Amino acid sequence: MHRWGLRFLGLSYLLVVLAAPVGLVFWRTFEHGLGPAWDAVTTPAAKHALLLTLEIAAIAVPANTVFGVICALAIVRERFPGKGIVNALVDLPLALSPIVVGLAFLLLYGRNGWFGSWLAEHGVQVVFAFPGMVLVTIFVSLPFVVREVVPVLREIGTEQEQAAETLGASPFQTFRRVTLPAIRWAVAYGVVLTTARALGEFGAVSVISGHVVGKTETMTLHVEERFQAFDYTAAYAASVVLALVAIATLVLMSLFKPKEEVRR
Amino acid sequence: MAIVARNVTKHFGDFAALEDASIEVPSGSLTALLGPSGSGKSTLLRVIAGLETPETGTVELDGVDVSGQAARKRGVGFVFQHYAAFKHMTVRENVAFGLKVRKRPRAEIRKRVDELLELVQIAGWADNYPAQLSGGQRQRMALARALAVEPKVLLLDEPFGALDARVRKDLRAWLRRLHDEMHVTTIFVTHDQEEAMDIADQIVLMNHGRIEQVGEPRELYEEPANEFVMTFVGPVNRLGESFVRPHDLELRDEPNGQTTAGRVERIVHLGFEVRVELRLEDGRDVWAQVTRDEAEELELAPGGEVFVRPRRAKIFS
Amino acid sequence: MTTRAAALPRSSAASSPGGGIAIGLATAYLSLIVILPLAALVWQSGKAGRGGFWDAITDPQAVAALKLTLFVSVAVCLVNAVMGTIVAWILVRDRFRGQGIVNAIIDLPFALPTIVAGLTLLALYGPNGPVGVNIAFSRAAVLLALLFVTLPFVIRTVQPVLLELDREMEEAATSLGAGPLTTFRYIVFPNLFPAILSGVALAFARAIGEFGSVVLISGNLPFETEVASVFIFGRIESGDPASAAAVSVLLLVITFALLLGIGALRRWTTRHDRA
Repeated sequence: MHRWGLRFLGLSYLLVVLAAPVGLVFWRTFEHGLGPAWDAVTTPAAKHALLLTLEIAAIAVPANTVFGVICALAIVRERFPGKGIVNALVDLPLALSPIVVGLAFLLLYGRNGWFGSWLAEHGVQVVFAFPGMVLVTIFVSLPFVVREVVPVLREIGTEQEQAAETLGASPFQTFRRVTLPAIRWAVAYGVVLTTARALGEFGAVSVISGHVVGKTETMTLHVEERFQAFDYTAAYAASVVLALVAIATLVLMSLFKPKEEVRR
Repeated sequence: MAIVARNVTKHFGDFAALEDASIEVPSGSLTALLGPSGSGKSTLLRVIAGLETPETGTVELDGVDVSGQAARKRGVGFVFQHYAAFKHMTVRENVAFGLKVRKRPRAEIRKRVDELLELVQIAGWADNYPAQLSGGQRQRMALARALAVEPKVLLLDEPFGALDARVRKDLRAWLRRLHDEMHVTTIFVTHDQEEAMDIADQIVLMNHGRIEQVGEPRELYEEPANEFVMTFVGPVNRLGESFVRPHDLELRDEPNGQTTAGRVERIVHLGFEVRVELRLEDGRDVWAQVTRDEAEELELAPGGEVFVRPRRAKIFS
Repeated sequence: MTTRAAALPRSSAASSPGGGIAIGLATAYLSLIVILPLAALVWQSGKAGRGGFWDAITDPQAVAALKLTLFVSVAVCLVNAVMGTIVAWILVRDRFRGQGIVNAIIDLPFALPTIVAGLTLLALYGPNGPVGVNIAFSRAAVLLALLFVTLPFVIRTVQPVLLELDREMEEAATSLGAGPLTTFRYIVFPNLFPAILSGVALAFARAIGEFGSVVLISGNLPFETEVASVFIFGRIESGDPASAAAVSVLLLVITFALLLGIGALRRWTTRHDRA
């Protein structure tokens, strides 16, 4: 009896909060047909926003992946003072409001910021420009690869690596042939999460970008801009593109999900 | 409290865990459900407890049909192989749980828990958590917890399986003593025939979901109903159609018309007993169990010739 | 009696030259990306002096925003604690058609950009919504947006614990006479509670800083539906980074204090594991 009650309660909650809103946006987008939606999503501004978003991710994701693996190795395999602090710093981006993140970078690289004047002298524009947007995106998507790789590294232990060493492998060979293959699914999962986060970042880039249409607008900022301009079709259309990316992310997550969570 | 299970059948998917199994357990006895893995013994125990529902069959406790009753109404005490300790509660709280559920007064609970902790000899650990106890202590706690609600029947599912050999022997002797004091009808499941033979009043030997034989340990050993029983319950030599126990193989240094010749391959001294591995003249390998004195008298040595006669052999149709 | 070789002294340095490089690189990256900006933030918050800082955080609009944020975040955490556990329960203990899909879409709030989340909620529960419900520009809107973005947290921390839970403990409780509710209350729930707390901590940190999903649907009315992040954003836009920084630092302090508190509570509830 209470089984049905729980099922009903849980599923209706998910429907109200999650499924229905998302489903409606798909509906709304194609309400007037495929044509208007396609047109809205292929305007120069929209195309530029998509390109910019992808470019930012193309830098942020590999950077955080490389860092993620290195940092995970350092955390799990090495002993050093301040390891707890490193751990906390890696988790920090998850606890910070994106607005605060944007503000912090603004204060660091902005005109009156610590590096601001030095950068201005050398003609380098970080805030309200591409570099700043990349930096904040790196910040907010930093933790994922580390957090996914650390438990896997911990679990596989050092035995395989020690075996490789006794067989004559150099540290680099060991890393390439033993360690990396062992963590590749964790890395893949982490990359999926990192990419999703990078593509979807809004608050921090909103602060640091200056909102220059056609120049410093990402897809998410484009959605907001079109909405504020009452161009709802364009806003929904761009949202659908992002939602499709999100669904693709979900599919990839299901595929790469760490085994323990999938066990039935 | 006598227990009767009749015609119990239970499948898990395609797998037949129990096929038309029936047993009778006399009131106050200590019965072992013995068998290899997959024989259905745990399943039968859980059916009796009400933790599994069979497709067919009935369970009677003291003549009352409890087949439709949920586990918590049957008044059975159950002890699990891996203790199933409530790890977030102290030892005292664990043992008190059944009484707390029955809303007994606090003073009564405290008194009874103290008594039981004394009985199972873990009184000093009352305020610790199960994680701090050894395996043997945890199992004793589990037993105390089951006994706290004065069950009419005590069911133990491979209770010593997770413990090491020494602790296992100590605990099973202790269980026997406890049973002699308390006289609660007890059934325990084991795959260890030595354990069953050691302490049970009655053994129910199972295989592939069926009951192979029921009887006192001695009965199963000396009058096995079939090949499986004989092989499971003790060591066995197979000579064609006959089955002979190693200690029923008589060794002589001279033939006497009934013997077969054989050559000693290997002699192993296991304390008091001596195990003699032989190859008979027709190529068969057997082993005999003799006492140290017998071995010395016969001057057995590897490569030596000896004559073998089965004192008792069993043939199954 | 064999003798053991004397144990090699354990150094606190890296185990290999590669390890040293890894530590160095990781620390440098973290310093550049994480530490420096935050240091700049903290520094800026103090630039106007103690008085300036105090004025910024006691500004009535700031206080209203913080109060609203805290209140709604706590409410959201409570709802998540209950509903998250229920959803985790039906995903683990129940069996129904489409369970796999439900399990996968739980992660949607992780994957979906916050601005899109806000837009979808506005589409359904806003002025032009098909079901006739309009909560736009209200506090309910803030609550709903935060419920959306925090949906996965408690579910995902409770699920693995529920999967791992020793069923035999529940069977033991049943054999001792406990009914399903009693078993849940005394056996299942105490073991789920630490996981629920972990999920709540994550949800709280997320909720308190949330921006994108709230900014469209709440209307951002000062003193009414303006959350802390929107307020800070407003201060940045009006060229007052010092106030923005001050309130940001306060927000951070509150977040960390609560996270530490939840962490301590969690450690206390799992003391039986470490005894």
